[in-house]
Amino acid sequence: MLPLDLTANGKWLVYLVSALIGVGFGVVLELAGFGNAKKLASQFYFRDMTVLKTMFSGILTACLLIFLAASLGYLDFSKIFVNQTYLWPGIVGGLVMGVGFVVGGYCPGTSAVSAASFKIDGLLFLVGTIVGAGIFAETVSLYEPFWNSSYTERLLVSDWLGWSIGATVVGVTALALILFYAAERAEAFMAGAPVRWAPQNPRYVAAAGSALALALFIWSKGEMTPEDKWARLGDQYQELLERREEQVHPLEYVKTWNDASVKLVTLDLRAPEAFETFHLAGSKNVQYDALLEPGLRFQLNQLPVNGVVILISDDPEVAARAWKRLKMEGVTNLYVLEHGLSDWREVFLPVADLPHFDWARPPLSVLDAFPKDSYQTRIKLKTARRAAGLCS
Amino acid sequence: MKTDASKFMNPYAAGVLLGIVLFAAFALTHSGLGASGAISRIEASMVATVAQSHVDRVGYLAAMAGGDRHALDHSSVMMLLGTLLGGALSARLHRRQKLEVIAGPGVGKAKRLALAVLGGLIMGYGARLARGCTSGQALSGGAVLSLGSWAFMFSVFLGAYALAWFVRRLWN
Repeated sequence: MLPLDLTANGKWLVYLVSALIGVGFGVVLELAGFGNAKKLASQFYFRDMTVLKTMFSGILTACLLIFLAASLGYLDFSKIFVNQTYLWPGIVGGLVMGVGFVVGGYCPGTSAVSAASFKIDGLLFLVGTIVGAGIFAETVSLYEPFWNSSYTERLLVSDWLGWSIGATVVGVTALALILFYAAERAEAFMAGAPVRWAPQNPRYVAAAGSALALALFIWSKGEMTPEDKWARLGDQYQELLERREEQVHPLEYVKTWNDASVKLVTLDLRAPEAFETFHLAGSKNVQYDALLEPGLRFQLNQLPVNGVVILISDDPEVAARAWKRLKMEGVTNLYVLEHGLSDWREVFLPVADLPHFDWARPPLSVLDAFPKDSYQTRIKLKTARRAAGLCS
Repeated sequence: MKTDASKFMNPYAAGVLLGIVLFAAFALTHSGLGASGAISRIEASMVATVAQSHVDRVGYLAAMAGGDRHALDHSSVMMLLGTLLGGALSARLHRRQKLEVIAGPGVGKAKRLALAVLGGLIMGYGARLARGCTSGQALSGGAVLSLGSWAFMFSVFLGAYALAWFVRRLWN
C-alpha cells in the first residue's frame, strides 16, 4: 500500500530517494526547456505556452494517478501530505512571485536547472532567491499575524466546492483540457496562422479523450469506504487492539482533559437520551452512522498535531468499529475511553466529596487521591502524523 | 520565435513525465516536489555559519537551524541537489550545457544579470511568503487538490501577466 513509509529504515534512505526524485525532476525540467528564461518568459506574451502546458499536464497526470491508485485501493490518500491552506498569504505571495518570474525569467526550481546548464543568469537568479529568502526571514516578524492568517490544515478544492473528490478530478481534467485548447489557439493566433477552431492534432484529441475517460472512471469508482480500507490495512493495527493500547483509563482521561497542551476532542457515541442524562464536559454527541459525514470528518482532519480524539460508547463493539472507521480516515491520535462511562461513577465515587468536584469534569487534583500506578498511560502523541512538505 | 521549440521535448509529453515523477515522489515520500524550502535552508545555514546567535534569536531561522539543528539536514536539500544533478546531466547529454547569458533581444548582459538577481530576490521573498514555490505549492499541492495551492497558482500567473506588458521590452 502506498505511500511507502521509508522513514522506518532511517533518514539516509529517505535522502537517497529524495535525491533520485530530484534527479528525475531536474531531467524533466531540462527536457521541457525550462532551463531557458526566454522560453519561460514567452509564456507571458502568449507566444510559447510551454509553461502552462507542461505544468498542467504534470498536475493532471499526477492527480489522475494518485486518485486512480486511491480508488483501486493501492494508495491511502489520508497519508498523503496536502499543503496547508494559508489563503491570503498564499495569494499575496503568489502575486509577488509572478512579478519575480517575469522580471527574472525563472522560478526557483527552473533556475536550478538553468544554473546546472551553465546559464549565468539562472545562477544569479538562484543566488537572488537565497537572498530573498533571507530578507523574508528577517522581516516576517513585522507581519507575522498576516503570515499565519486564513489557515486551514487540510482544505481540498472538493471541500470548498462541496463535490466528491471524483467529481473534482473530472472538473480539474476538464479545466486542464480547456486551458490546453486555449493555449494552442493562442499560440496559433500569435504566430499569425489562420483561425481554425477545431483541434488540429488527432493525437492530442485521443490523449484528451483518454484523460477524461480515466477521470470519469475514478469518479464512478468513488472513494474506498473505511470498511474496505480496514480489510486491506487493518492487519497492522491488530496487535495494538489485542493489547488494548487504544483503551484510555478514566483517570488518564481526566489528566488529558486538564492538560492545556493537548487539544482534546471527545466524541460520545451513546444514544441522545443517555447523553442528555449525563455527559462529560466538552464532549460531542455523534451517532455511529454520522461519523463519516463530511463536516465531522473535515473537522477531525483539521486537528493540530497535539489533537487527541477519544471515543465514548457503552458498547465496546460500537467503540471498536468507530475506532477502525476513524483510523482509516486518517485520524492519528485516536483512543477509546475504557468501558465507556459505565464505570465512571465507580472510579470517581471515592473522591466525589472533594471540594470543586464535578462529575462531568473532574479536576486534576483528584488524581492525587489515586496511587500513581492505578492505570497505564496509553496516550502517546504522535506529532509527525504526516510527512511535512518540502517547503518547510 | 527566438527559441527553437523543436530542440525541446513536446510540452505535454514532458508534462506527463513530470506527473510520473511527482506521483513517484508522493508514493515514496508522502509529499511531492520542492525547491524553495531547500533554498531557504541554504540561507539559514549560511547565516548560522557566521552568526549562530542571530539564528537562535530569529524564530523563522531557528526553526531550521536553531541550537543543534542543521539546516541542510533535510530531504528537501537532497532533492535540490538531485535537481541540479539531473538538470546538468540532461543539459550535457543534449549539448545545452554552455556558459552563456540568456537575455531578451536588445537587453545588455549587465542589465539582464542585474534583473535576474532582482527577480530572484523577489521570487525568493514571495516563495517564503506563500510557503512554497511553483514546485512545492503549485505542482504538488495542485495535484492533491489543495485549495490554497490552486489559489496560489492562479495568483502567480495573474501577477506575471499583470506585469508582463510593462516589462515587454525585456523579452520581446
